Amino acid sequence: MRTPLGRVRGLGSAKEGTGHFWHQRLTGAALAVLAILFVFLVIVLAGKPYPEVVAALANPFVALLMILMIGTGVWHMKLGMQIIIEDYLHGGLKIVALVANMFFAVAVGVATILAFLKISFGG
Amino acid sequence: MVQLTLPKNSKLTEGKVWDRPAGANNVREFRVYRWSPDDGKNPHVDTYFLDLDDCGPMVLDALIKIKNEIDPTLTFRRSCREGICGSCAMNIDGSNTLACTKGIDDVKGPVAIYPLPHMEVVKDLIPDLTHFYAQHRSIEPWLKTATPEPQKEWLQSHADREKLDGLYECILCACCSTSCPSYWWNGDRYLGPAVLLQAYRWLIDSRDEATGERLDNLEDPFRLYRCHTIMNCAQTCPKGLNPAKAIAEIKKMMVERRV
Repeated sequence: MRTPLGRVRGLGSAKEGTGHFWHQRLTGAALAVLAILFVFLVIVLAGKPYPEVVAALANPFVALLMILMIGTGVWHMKLGMQIIIEDYLHGGLKIVALVANMFFAVAVGVATILAFLKISFGG
Repeated sequence: MVQLTLPKNSKLTEGKVWDRPAGANNVREFRVYRWSPDDGKNPHVDTYFLDLDDCGPMVLDALIKIKNEIDPTLTFRRSCREGICGSCAMNIDGSNTLACTKGIDDVKGPVAIYPLPHMEVVKDLIPDLTHFYAQHRSIEPWLKTATPEPQKEWLQSHADREKLDGLYECILCACCSTSCPSYWWNGDRYLGPAVLLQAYRWLIDSRDEATGERLDNLEDPFRLYRCHTIMNCAQTCPKGLNPAKAIAEIKKMMVERRV
């Protein structure tokens, strides 16, 4: 039996959302550059023998590019997926999906970065 | 959760086909959505035929002729019949517009007329706009100042006045908001293009002193940031306005005050 205005005001403004918006654009801009370099790297390394590829990835500049690419890409993926979940899911399912999205992004990011660090430091 | 199919009692069925006018040469078919809360029936589409040689040129003229001469139970809102009140907003030929400014000639084939999409229907072509108006009320669409009122009016330069062009013309017909998929899925919390355009109209007004407070109220993942620049709003606006641009300007202001 709430009034229409009471329903609209609800719990009030979350006073956030701009950070998400801004980070999505920042990571998008960064990926525009990083993705081109990444594709270039894939073309160069395609068909090369395994030790040569490992050696190339161990190069500090290449490792830096890859870690930046993965970190930025995974964060961008998390932000984008979050939007889709908030758009289409409601209630308890939304909370579960938001948590899973966060966990998945962090797990993928950390695992991939660990793999590159291992290659870089010759582990 | 998004519903991809209509509930059983909302499924659209074929309704009554009314007689063609006798001896007419210029006959046009009108297929009109009908639903009444009183008869317990599913919504249905009634078919009417009008002699265009004996009817005004606009879709609203046709609806009024149907109501006056064929079927007095047909229910719709209308008032000014010149595109300034926004009462006769409805979905005509697949897009939201004002029946009074939409020419029958602009539609090829049968003229399909439905209420504004994804709103609860009061009856026939009348959507329930209670929530939409409450959302408008929530952005406090009036001048807010702390400075003591001047003897005469609040002054504004010509340049600042021009910033309101493309905003003040909005008649709150709800065509844009009800064409927006984000508003369909999250209309309970997302303010929608019409209300956000109105919000920007007060944010950009040089005389208003509550800009920061207004931005605080809008800064929310749902109230503002459900807009994904789908642009249905700008495409459908019967007044030729661009709510998507106004929303983008609000987002720019949000970033501007933190970087």
